[in-house]
Amino acid sequence: MANLTLRNLVKTYDKTEVLHGIDLEVQDGEFVVFVGPSGCGKSTTLRLIAGLEEVSAGTIEIAGRMVNNLEPKHRDIAMVFQNYAIYPHMSVRKNIGFGLRTAKMSKADKEARIDEVAGILDMTDLLERKPNQLSGGQRQRVAIGRAMVRDPAVFLFDEPLSNLDAQLRTQMRLEIKKLHQRVGNTIVFVTHDQVEAMTMADRIVIMKDGYIQQVGTPSEVYHKPANTFVARFIGAPSMNMLPGKSAHGGVDLQIGTRAPVKSSAKAEQSVVLGVRPDDLTPVDDNPLIEGVVTVLEPLGPETLIYVDTAYGEIIAKADGRNPPGVGSTVRLGAAAQNLHVFDAETGVALS
Amino acid sequence: MAAVDTIRPTANAVLTTQAPKKPANMGQIIRWLLLFAGGILMVMPIAYMLSTSLKWPHEVYNVNLIPVEPTIENYTYVLEDGRFFGWFINSLIIAIATTISNILFDSLVGYTLCKFRFPGRYIVFIAILSTLMIPTEMLVIPWYLMSQQFGWLDSYWGIMFPGMMTAFGTFLMKQFFETVPDDFIEAARIDGLNELQIWWTVAMPLVKPALAALAIFVFLGNWTAFIWPLIVTNSVEMYTLPVGLSSFGDEADVAWELIMTGAAISTLPTLVVFLIFQRFIIRGVVMAGLKG
Ligand SMILES: Nc1ncnc2c1ncn2[C@@H]1O[C@H](COP(=O)(O)OP(=O)(O)O)[C@@H](O)[C@H]1O
Ligand SMILES: [Mg+2]
Repeated sequence: MANLTLRNLVKTYDKTEVLHGIDLEVQDGEFVVFVGPSGCGKSTTLRLIAGLEEVSAGTIEIAGRMVNNLEPKHRDIAMVFQNYAIYPHMSVRKNIGFGLRTAKMSKADKEARIDEVAGILDMTDLLERKPNQLSGGQRQRVAIGRAMVRDPAVFLFDEPLSNLDAQLRTQMRLEIKKLHQRVGNTIVFVTHDQVEAMTMADRIVIMKDGYIQQVGTPSEVYHKPANTFVARFIGAPSMNMLPGKSAHGGVDLQIGTRAPVKSSAKAEQSVVLGVRPDDLTPVDDNPLIEGVVTVLEPLGPETLIYVDTAYGEIIAKADGRNPPGVGSTVRLGAAAQNLHVFDAETGVALS
Repeated sequence: MAAVDTIRPTANAVLTTQAPKKPANMGQIIRWLLLFAGGILMVMPIAYMLSTSLKWPHEVYNVNLIPVEPTIENYTYVLEDGRFFGWFINSLIIAIATTISNILFDSLVGYTLCKFRFPGRYIVFIAILSTLMIPTEMLVIPWYLMSQQFGWLDSYWGIMFPGMMTAFGTFLMKQFFETVPDDFIEAARIDGLNELQIWWTVAMPLVKPALAALAIFVFLGNWTAFIWPLIVTNSVEMYTLPVGLSSFGDEADVAWELIMTGAAISTLPTLVVFLIFQRFIIRGVVMAGLKG
């Protein structure tokens, strides 16, 4: 059963349309991540769901109810903000309990619920502290606790990890994922970080300029990107893009090589051949492209090599133990199933 | 704002004296001298107030700072005079009532202007600000006529009503509420608080330093107010302290030693108020520093 349904959601600020018809169904218990560059409308979508902004057109349904005209508090949602929004003048207990202030529960029940949530988040010892006595990660947990305490139908997270340092972010990512597996509520999570999206999501929604570009599992958006935007946005370093022409049985690159890849492109159609750095390695036979190694980036098990080619700089992957030296010429190739073909004009995938 | 402004120059001064350690000496000496002169200028009136309050009437017009024959006679006289105590209470009631009123209403209006978008918001703000440009002297006649019409002359309400809210306080609070992140307010909204509850439980505690500064300004302003209380009161019992003090003596002979004694006593509550609220201001600045 769908727990959250967005139908043709449009948001206009002073005549500027920033969301152009968002359609999405989120299943009960699903972890959905909205990802996209800054300004693409992720926060706006979340704020519409929360009821902090008014919908310009379209409908929002939460747990089977149309909520367009309901106040945030009646929507059965809870939200975690980027800068936590925990109150510096209240103890952790008060902060977590804040979400229950208007709940019709006895005081003892409320206390019990706060203790339960604090237990889940491993914060029982910190309940009497003030936020300025907590580390960044602990503050983040208080913010999550405050959202959890009401057991909402949908959790909304707006870039909750972007104020944390890299190590803590990785740790919190895991914690939130575990928490989701434990409590099982539906989560809509917004981030601009594709790694966060890939690692946490059941399904990813990739947005750009107020449009959804693709909705799919992490594996789908990685292996079958719907267009060049998704292809370059997901995965790091970004996918290499090589312009060429579609030909019988493959794609002809301008430098005279032919990539043996099946696509729905018409003959002679201008296309872009996409290949991820991970899939592009030094080969002996049938190279796609060749060039001179300019920079090495050792990552341990493998080394990224930056190669100066007829197409400009291309990134590829080499063995971590004996990579080609800087200044040497390498021939690069990739397996046919790892090649992606896109329309040169629209960017739409043709594979 | 004001609280922040008083902090900034010192911070700058610290920075500039620390940065170049080269020929500083001459400039530094001049700076010290200027500060010293400024300090003397500030302290002198207070010193003379205390000194005069300890003099006998015949010595009042001597400029010597140390009284020849110090006496506490003036203090016993003023404190035993029933009128003084009455004026003190009047001033206290008025200063406390206006302070509470300003704390509540300036911040309520400031908060609304800061955190809500509504048509005419900017115009309302400008209108409030523009009243800052009108001096009290111009307003006392309309106030007087109004008080007469409503029968407020010679009453507490008559003395207080012009100061129950101030444009300055509203402006101050609006500026301080800008420092309260919108996320805090929206989070509370999602948690189901109504707007009045959000203002009181979330926004107000976060602007305590500003409230403390406002409390000091309003209390001092009303404690020392002179022109309007003088005009609106008729009976000696309704006088405020400054008005009452000025009535010591008669046209021929102003009893300076008594006025100065009353003035010296009347600084005590302002000191108390300052000592109470100043803690909040300093703590607020420290907190702001930690956050940034
Ligand atoms: N209150 C607002 N008034 C006008 N434009 C806004 C407002 N909020 C957001 N926008 C615009 O809407 C677009 C999407 O913003 P947002 O949803 O915050 O992006 P994201 O969260 O993906 O970075 C941006 O172009 C932004 O400038
Ligand atoms: Mg955002």
